[in-house]
Amino acid sequence: MFRRIDAAVLQATDRKVRVTVDGTALECREGDSVAAALFAAGVLACRDTAVSGAARGPYCMMGICYDCLVRIDGRPNQQACMARVRDGMTVERQHGAREVAA
Amino acid sequence: MTAASTSRLPVFDVAVIGGGLVGSAVAYGLRGSVGTIAVLDEGDIALRASRGNFGLVWLQSKGYGMGAYSRWTLNSTRLWPKLAAGLLQETGIDVALEQKGGLTPLMGDYEIEARLAWVNTLMSQPGVEPYEWKFLDHHQAASLVPGLGPDVTGAIWTPHDGIVNPLKLLRAFHTAFSTSGVEYLPHHGITDIVQQPGGDFVLTTPNGTVRARKIVLAGGLRNGDLGRMVGIDLPMAPQRGQILVLERTRRLLDTPMVTLRQNDEGSWLVGDSQEEAGYAEQVTTLPILATLADRAVRTLPALRDVRAVRAWSALRVRAKDGFPVYEQSATHPGAFIVTCHSGVTLAATHAMHLAPMIAAGELPPELATFSTRRFHVQTH
Amino acid sequence: MSIEIATTTCDLLVVGAGPAGLAAATEAAALGLSTVLIDEQPAPGGQIYRAISSTPVQNRAILGEDYWHGLSLLEPFARSGARHLPAATVWSVNTLDAQPGTEGDGDGDTDTDGRAAGFEVAYSVAHPGQDPQAALLHCRHIILATGAQERPFPIPGWTLPGVITAGAAQILLKTSGVVPEGRTVLAGGGPLLYLLAYQYLNAGVKLEAILETTDSAQWRKALPHAWGFLRSPYLGKGLKLLRAVRKAVPIVSGVTALEAIAGAGGQVAELRYQAAGQRHSMAIDQLLLHQGVVPNTNLSRAIGAEHVWNERQDCWEPMVDAWGATSMPHVSIAGDGAGIAGAVAAEHRGRIAAVHAAAALGRIGKATRDGKAASHQAALARATRGREFFEVLYRPLPQFRRPVGDTIVCRCEEATAEQVRHAARIGCQGPNQLKAFLRCGMGPCQGRLCGLTVTELIADEQQRHPRDVGYYRLRFPTKPVTLGEIATLPQTQASRDAVVRFKK
Repeated sequence: MFRRIDAAVLQATDRKVRVTVDGTALECREGDSVAAALFAAGVLACRDTAVSGAARGPYCMMGICYDCLVRIDGRPNQQACMARVRDGMTVERQHGAREVAA
Repeated sequence: MTAASTSRLPVFDVAVIGGGLVGSAVAYGLRGSVGTIAVLDEGDIALRASRGNFGLVWLQSKGYGMGAYSRWTLNSTRLWPKLAAGLLQETGIDVALEQKGGLTPLMGDYEIEARLAWVNTLMSQPGVEPYEWKFLDHHQAASLVPGLGPDVTGAIWTPHDGIVNPLKLLRAFHTAFSTSGVEYLPHHGITDIVQQPGGDFVLTTPNGTVRARKIVLAGGLRNGDLGRMVGIDLPMAPQRGQILVLERTRRLLDTPMVTLRQNDEGSWLVGDSQEEAGYAEQVTTLPILATLADRAVRTLPALRDVRAVRAWSALRVRAKDGFPVYEQSATHPGAFIVTCHSGVTLAATHAMHLAPMIAAGELPPELATFSTRRFHVQTH
Repeated sequence: MSIEIATTTCDLLVVGAGPAGLAAATEAAALGLSTVLIDEQPAPGGQIYRAISSTPVQNRAILGEDYWHGLSLLEPFARSGARHLPAATVWSVNTLDAQPGTEGDGDGDTDTDGRAAGFEVAYSVAHPGQDPQAALLHCRHIILATGAQERPFPIPGWTLPGVITAGAAQILLKTSGVVPEGRTVLAGGGPLLYLLAYQYLNAGVKLEAILETTDSAQWRKALPHAWGFLRSPYLGKGLKLLRAVRKAVPIVSGVTALEAIAGAGGQVAELRYQAAGQRHSMAIDQLLLHQGVVPNTNLSRAIGAEHVWNERQDCWEPMVDAWGATSMPHVSIAGDGAGIAGAVAAEHRGRIAAVHAAAALGRIGKATRDGKAASHQAALARATRGREFFEVLYRPLPQFRRPVGDTIVCRCEEATAEQVRHAARIGCQGPNQLKAFLRCGMGPCQGRLCGLTVTELIADEQQRHPRDVGYYRLRFPTKPVTLGEIATLPQTQASRDAVVRFKK
């Protein structure tokens, strides 16, 4: 599990952002990456792989491992660690290979 | 293997020079007809054309200018299911052959008229065995390709075209070698070939000498050099092709197109260019990638937000006129040369048709059109 | 359908806004070069100073003074006149042909007119909530300052949710003040492991244990280099930090095997390890792995620079001279991307590379160049003193570089150690042929997390040296880029003729 270092302080001083993660509302801090917001909300896995369906979550937090792929606002294969949360953003766990909107 | 140990090797019945798709298919097919086989290969960073291919098992674009090549290719597409089944049974590797038909997409009247004229000319050449093909309008093509872009106003379709996974194919061949006693020798690039008075060939490599009763030159981009060592003058004109590879997606495309296909693992290949680049360093260039991408997005607009994960460029193994070369050396009998740029499409016929001919020691008259004599027509 | 693409022109492009890049860009601008600093992140700092201008962790005692030192690079850069291109990812670099009328030979070298032919750089600009956009940049010299990445740490279960790198954990702390709770174990070796533990201590985060994979025999090997370490800036800080951590966190030394096991929910729940010949098991909630950092070489390789194998650090490095110049004309590398030497050294190497670039572009003469570089070179020597000690001490053990069995090697394509070893045994000649066998290196990470392991496994199975086995052949794009973006780049008649070949 992960938590905010000092929840009270953060709540008081930072701009809050509301996103949904697989339909559930989540309050996070402006400036969080989607990955950080997921960790802070207790979510460790964000996708299932295309090859075997194994669960994966963010690993490197610096944009090189491509394990943190999620669907953001309907766009598949977005790196959660490189995307910043935005008010109203929808984040969805990606199951297997990404879709192509036919 | 040390230099000393390879020199202690016995004289092989056949040594195939080149472990890419062409050499491997021939070596695979020789098993059962000859005793001992060696496949000599270069290193990891050589001019390895086998790594640069689209994986098409393709008929409809072949043979303009040589009808026999169309017929030779048609034959191979018919033999492919047997090759795939045999490899699956022997190695457990499914090379993911799909032969459900394929398309050449056309954008606008000019392209449609040009291509129709081209196809009609091809099919009316002597030596062609006619096969089924159709012109499809946008609507008909779109029923085969969901989401086909409006810019594609027509297409040429034939049921004979298809795809296979070329990397799995190469791996299947090499796995078969390891379990059936074919001696695979990497880091044995040939520096010299000498035929001894008794007929045996002595092959010099940086890692020792290899001797064989017959040799097959399947060295791809090096075949021009190798051919010279056995008295075959093969003018080569390699051609660069660039390809974009896209990330894996859910399976969407079942009917491959000559310029766009989705493989069994879900990734896409966008191609291809034809550039006369000699043996230039294999770099990818932005304008070509831009044209490839533009064309692909017009063909299938939904691919716009799919990512290219890599691009590569490779040199097509091409004789001067673009057609295969099959020949037994007149000055060095027992030395055969095999050159083509469709190593995937022709793998079946190479394994099941050509290899037995080489084992028998003679290429039949039907292959005469593929010899280098066509380059050296005397005018007096 | 090419639309108008923004094309920027400048003398010098610096790629990466960590300490090397910031220092290089600042120095270059001061020397009169028109300079662009491009970086993937929205704010400067690279990874070591990540989020330095926005971190919610404002209590300086937590992250420590070494981190806050990064602030001193920001303001000079902001004032320098160099242009910052944030949220922008370089994915292609091609040499430009020499301008007509000059006697350039097209290889990027300075021609007789003194004007270098230069480079065309394609990059992708992220627009939150919208499609990314392609853009082009023309420049005459490039300094790559893309830094380091963590060495892959392929243990069984390293792909499980809840297993992340120590660097990732540190980034969570810096960028968002997010820390682990529950049962957290750090495992591996290297200064970062202890630094993170120290930062967590200061932040009130409880750690279950630190499992050290450092071999006790390595202390003996490292000792000959101790003199340098004793005279170095690391000694005082290092000892204080180590003492504090050892007092507060249970340490297990001499760990020779690690295995992460999933629980019912699919995430990591148990850690098994071996130490002193005994097997152990502990219930955990997250595992933070680290066994050092290695240069990020994808861009330097794709550009065509020569690389060498660093024997002591078991990794590839670009071949650079004392100025940071690579084997490619007008391409330099500064910072950890040229070889691991730390954040402070990176700044000095950045300044040295900038001075060299100014000379290479004819802006200053050699004498001026040597004069300006002298103080940076002296500072660099001081900053790198003592590093050999760490390198030898923390050299990862073979079993953690050369896994076996079902351990995943290529995370993207899920190829295992045994699959790679088998391919090597049946004669696969190198990493590039291996791609054909197993798709290793073909995923979106482009070999960053499997490349070193693949080289080492082939070396292991075939009894060859890693330098002879080689590495993946890398080409552009060096980061995935959408087809739509590529389609907006300029085409030429030649490119159209090469692709669309229907002729009446």
